[in-house]
Amino acid sequence: MKAQDIFLAGVGGQGILLAGEILCIVFMEAGLDVKKSEVHGMAQRGGSVTSHVRCGRKVFSPLIPEGQADVLMGFEALEALRWVDFLKEDGVLLVNRQKINPTTVTSGRMEYPSRIYDVLKKRHPKTRIVDGLKLARKAGDARTVNSVLVGAISREVNIPEEMWKRAISKRIPEKFVDVNLHAFELGRGR
Amino acid sequence: MKSTTTKLLSGNEAIAWGAHDYGVKVAAAYPGTPSTEILENIARFDDVYAEWAPNEKVALEVAIGACLGGVRTLASMKHVGLNVAADPFFTASYIGVNGGLVIISADDPGMHSSQNEQDNRHYALAAKVPMLEPGDSQEAYEFIGQALEMSEQYDTPVLFRVTTRVSHSKGLVERKAKRIKHLREPGFVKNPPKYVMVPNFARQRHEYVEQRMARLHELSETTPINRIEWGRREVGIVTSGVAYQYARDARPRASFLKLGLTHPLPENLIQEFAEGVKKLFVVEELDPYLEDQIKALGIPVLGKERFPICGELSPEIVKQGLSGKKRKKTDSPTNVPPRPPALCPGCPHSASFYTMKKLKLNVMGDIGCYTLSVAPPLETMDSTLCMGASIGMAHGLDKALGEDPESRSVAVLGDSTFLHSGITSLMNIAYNRGNSTTVILDNRTTAMTGFQEHAATGRTLQGVETPEVDFEALGKALGIDSVRTVDPYKLKDLEKALKEEVEAPHSSLIIARRDCLLLKRGERKTPKTVDPEKCVGCNLCLLTGCPALSQTSDGKAQIDSVICNGCPICEQICKLDAIIDLS
Repeated sequence: MKAQDIFLAGVGGQGILLAGEILCIVFMEAGLDVKKSEVHGMAQRGGSVTSHVRCGRKVFSPLIPEGQADVLMGFEALEALRWVDFLKEDGVLLVNRQKINPTTVTSGRMEYPSRIYDVLKKRHPKTRIVDGLKLARKAGDARTVNSVLVGAISREVNIPEEMWKRAISKRIPEKFVDVNLHAFELGRGR
Repeated sequence: MKSTTTKLLSGNEAIAWGAHDYGVKVAAAYPGTPSTEILENIARFDDVYAEWAPNEKVALEVAIGACLGGVRTLASMKHVGLNVAADPFFTASYIGVNGGLVIISADDPGMHSSQNEQDNRHYALAAKVPMLEPGDSQEAYEFIGQALEMSEQYDTPVLFRVTTRVSHSKGLVERKAKRIKHLREPGFVKNPPKYVMVPNFARQRHEYVEQRMARLHELSETTPINRIEWGRREVGIVTSGVAYQYARDARPRASFLKLGLTHPLPENLIQEFAEGVKKLFVVEELDPYLEDQIKALGIPVLGKERFPICGELSPEIVKQGLSGKKRKKTDSPTNVPPRPPALCPGCPHSASFYTMKKLKLNVMGDIGCYTLSVAPPLETMDSTLCMGASIGMAHGLDKALGEDPESRSVAVLGDSTFLHSGITSLMNIAYNRGNSTTVILDNRTTAMTGFQEHAATGRTLQGVETPEVDFEALGKALGIDSVRTVDPYKLKDLEKALKEEVEAPHSSLIIARRDCLLLKRGERKTPKTVDPEKCVGCNLCLLTGCPALSQTSDGKAQIDSVICNGCPICEQICKLDAIIDLS
């Protein structure tokens, strides 16, 4: 498998860091070097959250250079837009169909941008909208959006399905494994 | 914890494993981003004693005491924590060690979660101790072992400097098979000339410190953690820490002088490297720490004219600095509303700040989640300086403004911050006959850094039950005239207490006590909703800044039932009883 840079962006509480962790486990078990970077603390209180995941023969920088990510996983539409500069021109953009208003919008000071999906598609032809919330609910728990998106990205990476499922089973608490595996399958599509 | 040889670890986790595997016996810290997870992870090992100290000074003193007992020890803190611990730190350099002593400073370039971005490498120079700087998780793990050995071999504390991108990046770590057995036997041997720093003894120890640094200088030239990686000779890059990773990505074929021991610097090695390349760069985050010392050797080098002093570096910034060319930006999206962090829905702090804003108080604030009240619409916090500063500053402001009726100031800080460094300042108000009001927002945890225990929560880092500090009794014991406790969810009581105490001509302490909502995530109450028949769109409730509240297109309030925690704050503010339980 070739080197991959995957940028994850969303809102605190959406399970972004956990999704990044699962990607890392998969790449690691595929025999690759892997690095991941994110920020904790104050930035996490309902703020914008990102995670950089890089894998390859040997990884140096834990941060993905701007304009170099092979895949951008947008867990929320506005966050996909905010970080889109990290994606390379012909990169794959997976964006969850979900809108979470930031406080700058709920307070009435700014407006949530309209037609985000159109803007993203125009910039990056390889944009795919994932019905994350809908599929997560179908799987049985709205909180499994992250596993749906992991399912969606698993199609873009040449690693056997079984390895993804093993990573999910390894990293997620036992009583939530089944619902997350189901969410993963729905995200991966059949 | 399960032990396998290769693990995916953050820098902080790698430090914890390193501490364990290289025989650390006692570790202490006060939580602070980006250092917090070091002690949290060490605490999971049964064979290491780990504790939260009330502040970094105490943490370091605990570690120093333990090291005099002959065991390997560690104290960890965020960069500004070392300011608090600076007093023991400087003289620890004189007394040296018995067992190995490592002091971890986790700096925060870019200020992801900090009030400044000071460069703590200067501390190593100032205190005359060696400093190690790992650049990834594998080095973080290994360098802990080297730091402990260096500490014992050279009779010195070792400063271990990491940054956010080392602490919070994960990478693969190859571990040793098992924990080493520390060879020294625990025990304290009296040695006043070494441990009692009266001037006469301290003078001798200062001589020792200078000799020690000369010996460390020699080590710096030969240690393999300072290494030259020869590539093409057109460009040579001197670098350390995470900046090395960015530079390796930007110029994979250049020559590198990768420094792991960054104090004292290997002058001959730098000279040799500089002579071997055509153009010499220094790539380092924050201050020109390496650059200034290299220039002082008379070696011309390109540094801060190409790379910024402010903010953290990134692969792009390093690439642009090395090439001297700006990357062409694509058409970036515009008008993207920021998503700043905010107080959670139902946070008891919102009620406190809503009330202080209503009373038009001058709020001398502090460091914690509640600092977020500076953002609109609350916009209540009028100062934030450092841990515990609120109380001293409110006292000073009150003394300056005297009997001026405009002087309606309060000091506001959290429970953990009060225990960290608020107690002595509160005593100062009582002692110096101040009439200031101090408000402890007591949510019974260290919330911002991720819910750590402290001396008033009844539990230690390693889960032992313990007595809780009694804030009410403490306030009285310090000599505060009026001490009262309120529930911030009872807005009328809170307002009455604040109004009375601010106006009263005596010193007061108000404890606004309610558990942090995130501590009790399981107990979610029925969410609220707005009765559109009753709501007239006055928007008073929106002033709480609660993320669950917003306006509909016709100007009325609405509540997002998915994130509403069902707290009683907004319903008490609404004068028309328009906020009701969602049926």
